Amino acid sequence: MEFKDYYKTLGVARDATQDEIKRSYRKLARKYHPDVSKEADAEARFKELGEAYEVLKDAEKRAAYDQLGTNYKGGQDFRPPPDWNAGFEFSGGGPGGGDGAEFSDFFSSLFGRDFRTGGPGRAQSRAKGEDHHAKVLIDLEDTYHGATRTITLRVPAVDAQGRVITKERVLNVTIPRGIREGQHIRLSGQGSAGRGEGSAGDLYLQVEFRTHPIYRVEGRDLYLDLPVTPWEAALGATVKVPTLGGIVELKIPEGSASGRKMRLKGRGIPGDPPGDCYAILTIALPPADTRAAKELYQKMKDEFIFNPRAKLGV
Amino acid sequence: MNTENSTPQFAICILEEQTQLTLTDLCRACAVHDEQIIALVDVGVLEPQGREPDRWRFGGASLHRARRALRLQHDLDIDFAGAALALELLEEIDTLRARLRAMGGPY
Repeated sequence: MEFKDYYKTLGVARDATQDEIKRSYRKLARKYHPDVSKEADAEARFKELGEAYEVLKDAEKRAAYDQLGTNYKGGQDFRPPPDWNAGFEFSGGGPGGGDGAEFSDFFSSLFGRDFRTGGPGRAQSRAKGEDHHAKVLIDLEDTYHGATRTITLRVPAVDAQGRVITKERVLNVTIPRGIREGQHIRLSGQGSAGRGEGSAGDLYLQVEFRTHPIYRVEGRDLYLDLPVTPWEAALGATVKVPTLGGIVELKIPEGSASGRKMRLKGRGIPGDPPGDCYAILTIALPPADTRAAKELYQKMKDEFIFNPRAKLGV
Repeated sequence: MNTENSTPQFAICILEEQTQLTLTDLCRACAVHDEQIIALVDVGVLEPQGREPDRWRFGGASLHRARRALRLQHDLDIDFAGAALALELLEEIDTLRARLRAMGGPY
């Protein structure tokens, strides 16, 4: 297993004071908190910070960690010495037991698995099983038509020898029609098993949409860019538009400008009321790559008295 | 790694639309004691219907708000009022990002 340099993780010197460690942790925690940061590795970074701080904020654990000496460097292969932690008594519980799956193996080998960052806090043991939370990535089409998706969850479990293992759990989940991004599907009784007579907890799946090649989503409404020719925009036309429910015809009024927003009522995500689909007109210019095309553009140049920059005063 | 298969023999609902939660439901789903949920009601993060805590009914969307506020409060070592402010600002950023996306922006 790799040695973890907790001082480096927190960006402090080995002789940093407890106040310096706390300040540095708080600053980095704000930066990498998964609810705040948009950086891809925020969650992993935040976990590392939490682990490093768990050790360095605690005088006993820090002293024990420091005893490993300065010979190790971050990432170096590491095995705890055989007499490791003799003489130390950790107030948070001893090695062995528990399910501290949130910290690294390096941490667990030193301090046991009984420490947890704990999330928002631990409830007392209750008869009903714990609720679980996970995310599920679906396509926009799934919420329009409704769908069944197979999802695989990795859940920690304890085997016959009392070791913590990761089990894969496969669920067939019906995606309710009309579900929106950020909403949660509740699956009753699919959380942890209850204690004794207690019923099982629930499983909550937070829905996220895969980026769609055509549509952008805001709430129940969909937006798409609809390219039109200059003559369709100028003279008016009826053009085909793809919607989630199939192709529809849209009448472009004459004299439409680029950026005009056309509403296809009720063609968004289903619901009560259903969302709308907005087609944003973008004027596409045919390339002037033939002699005939060049002549047409030249003719327009000669015929039109048109200054698109008049409002700019030039 | 062990694999366990389940057939879809369970009730499914959209939490935000078809669910009302009691204080006990919310405590269990967030794995916290009553006091922490009551503190979130006190700072206005959660707005249940009903007067007394044992009659409170929370909309399904409260669960996500509560979990996010509790994570911020716990992980950043801030008080509930601070977490409420952070949550409001984060939600505003989410709304603006969604609007930017709808306009074809980078988020």
